[in-house]
Amino acid sequence: MLLTGGQILIEALKEQGVDTIFGYPGGTVLPIYDALYDSDITHILTRHEQAAAHAADGYARATGRPGVCLATSGPGATNLVTGLATAMMDSVPMVAFTGQVPTGLLGRDSFQEADITGITMPITKHNFLVRDINDLARTIKEAFHIATTGRPGPVLVDIPRDVSGGKTEYRDPGPVFKRGYQPRMEAKPELVLAAAKAIAAARRPVIYAGGGIVNSGASPELQRLAGLIMAPVATTLMGLGGFPGDHALSVGMLGMHGSKYANYAVYESDLLIAVGVRFDDRVTGKVESFAPDAKVIHIDIDPAEMGKNVRVDIPIAGDVKTVLGQILDVLEARPDPHWDEKVQAWKREYPLDFRKEGMKPQAIIREICDMTEGKSRITTEVGQNQMWTAQYYTFTQPRSFITSGGLGTMGYGFPAAIGVQIGCPDELVFDIAGDGSIQMNIQELATAVNYELPVNVAILNNSFLGMVRQWQELFYERRYSHTELKNPEFVKVAEAYGAEGIKITQNAEIRPALEQAIASSKPVFLDFVIDREENVMPMVPPGEAINKMLG
Amino acid sequence: MGNTLTVLVENNPGVLARVAGMFSRRGYNIDSLSVSTTDDPRISRMTIIVQGDEAVLQQVTRQLRKLVDVIKVQDITRDPHVDRELSLIKVTADTTVRGEIMQIVEIFRARIVDVSQDSLIIEVTGDEGKVNAIEEALKPFGIREMVRTGTIALLRGSVTAAEYEED
Repeated sequence: MLLTGGQILIEALKEQGVDTIFGYPGGTVLPIYDALYDSDITHILTRHEQAAAHAADGYARATGRPGVCLATSGPGATNLVTGLATAMMDSVPMVAFTGQVPTGLLGRDSFQEADITGITMPITKHNFLVRDINDLARTIKEAFHIATTGRPGPVLVDIPRDVSGGKTEYRDPGPVFKRGYQPRMEAKPELVLAAAKAIAAARRPVIYAGGGIVNSGASPELQRLAGLIMAPVATTLMGLGGFPGDHALSVGMLGMHGSKYANYAVYESDLLIAVGVRFDDRVTGKVESFAPDAKVIHIDIDPAEMGKNVRVDIPIAGDVKTVLGQILDVLEARPDPHWDEKVQAWKREYPLDFRKEGMKPQAIIREICDMTEGKSRITTEVGQNQMWTAQYYTFTQPRSFITSGGLGTMGYGFPAAIGVQIGCPDELVFDIAGDGSIQMNIQELATAVNYELPVNVAILNNSFLGMVRQWQELFYERRYSHTELKNPEFVKVAEAYGAEGIKITQNAEIRPALEQAIASSKPVFLDFVIDREENVMPMVPPGEAINKMLG
Repeated sequence: MGNTLTVLVENNPGVLARVAGMFSRRGYNIDSLSVSTTDDPRISRMTIIVQGDEAVLQQVTRQLRKLVDVIKVQDITRDPHVDRELSLIKVTADTTVRGEIMQIVEIFRARIVDVSQDSLIIEVTGDEGKVNAIEEALKPFGIREMVRTGTIALLRGSVTAAEYEED
């Protein structure tokens, strides 16, 4: 049967099990939208292409299934750029489809032409420009294969209008084989034995766990390993939820705004078991002082991460879940209770805490955590809101914390929350936001109202770009250069879009407001007017050793 | 002294940009890069000369392997291999000095491929050192312009790049 390129795209999506996409129409994607008109794929119309990318990303992180977004050529495609870079940095499986000018007009600076495969080369795992309709079905299959296997990441497929609008016989392209792309899953046995031996010999082991735990579904294996060797588990921002935050061996997050006890444990460890992590500078601080006495085992799906930022003694490339399973099979544990006692003593001595007077953002986040029993899906924006959430919400489930870690994209949280709510329609979803970040994609109120999504947005409103202000306070003599914000009335903005808005100025109002928001079937903006100059503490100053913390 | 990488890639549009872009954005220095198709039209072969210590080389190799269009990467610096550059050199040469230049050409086993009233074009192949040496020897006569290819290299013996074991 002859199908148009647009129809082939729909068929290929169905074959991949995709039932929902996020997009925004335009001239060069008209043949695709025309095919969508008759299909049973749910299309969520965001109000900005960037939001479509973030929503697809949030959907993917929450469900584990690839997120799909669609935009037109030129500005539509370039508006996806931030979303793709966000997904790339955090290894999120996503496939983005963009329209392109007809092949005959390529390279002539045509109307709404942008070289999107060139532009997105460094911020996608791979990308394709489909010049021939007969390559379309195979290319889409390859795109999903690449996005979802190995180290996940975003893949972009650029489709000229004459390809999506042309017709050809649709055939199943058969199995995907790319000779240059064969991710290694299992670790070499000799490395597994070396790791097991190092673990058995360690007196002060620490597990440093990241997003790779969540991506590979390795939380059960991680819990077994930690319990077996009585090692404290410090997670990265991306790893939160990958190990239960309420577990006795959890020391929460490490790094710049990590807990003191996590950083102390890492600093004093004699064996660092780094699992699904990439030794980001926000984690390590000054690299020479990061676990200076420790032997380092690094397990990650991406061989290029081994030795990229720090020296590694036992590099193990492979799927984190598979490799942890291999190690557990041969591990003879000899846990030393003294180490755990020391870690527990640090926990008691240096707890995460804040002064309770005034309207404190930390208290609001604790309240959200208590009321939802740590079981809601949380997205954040970027900055103080994000760090307080990481510190004060106890995440117990993988895929429950959804945040832009690597790229640090302000404006991510709200559209991501929309994607999460679409992917998890029966769950409670909160975006914990700042007054600055929320205004970077505030137009998505229209999307949330349009699709009747009961997303709750808790704006921690200090009328500042809080994290930048904090750095200005600490490192630039309180010279608050362009970080003070004159904001709109968020309640009125929400109401204008047809959502609910609640302003909260006193502690006594926090709980009733949250109850009202949770009970509401509409999107709700909660405008929490918080202490203006509250800081995120503790803090490792940039470039300092991780055991030298402020606050 | 640079390290010699042999890279087999899918002959797809944009593959050179992917490789070159990776080098530039990660801050690795390419001394020379040459690329052409192989006996298999679906595969292109790059020879890349790159500066750096062992850690840098390891990263370069792994980042290259991470590219979907890259099929095989081998660092053949320490393996016995043959490497060659080709250079064309246009030298000022009136009749009074031609004899002298032809002697140099002979010593380097180069060839004269064009002659005009007052100039010669000399073609030379060899490793980097040889091409540098003839350039130096010809300088006193006046080099009007020259062009030089990047290095290309093959392993000695019967082993091919496609068969080479990756670590």
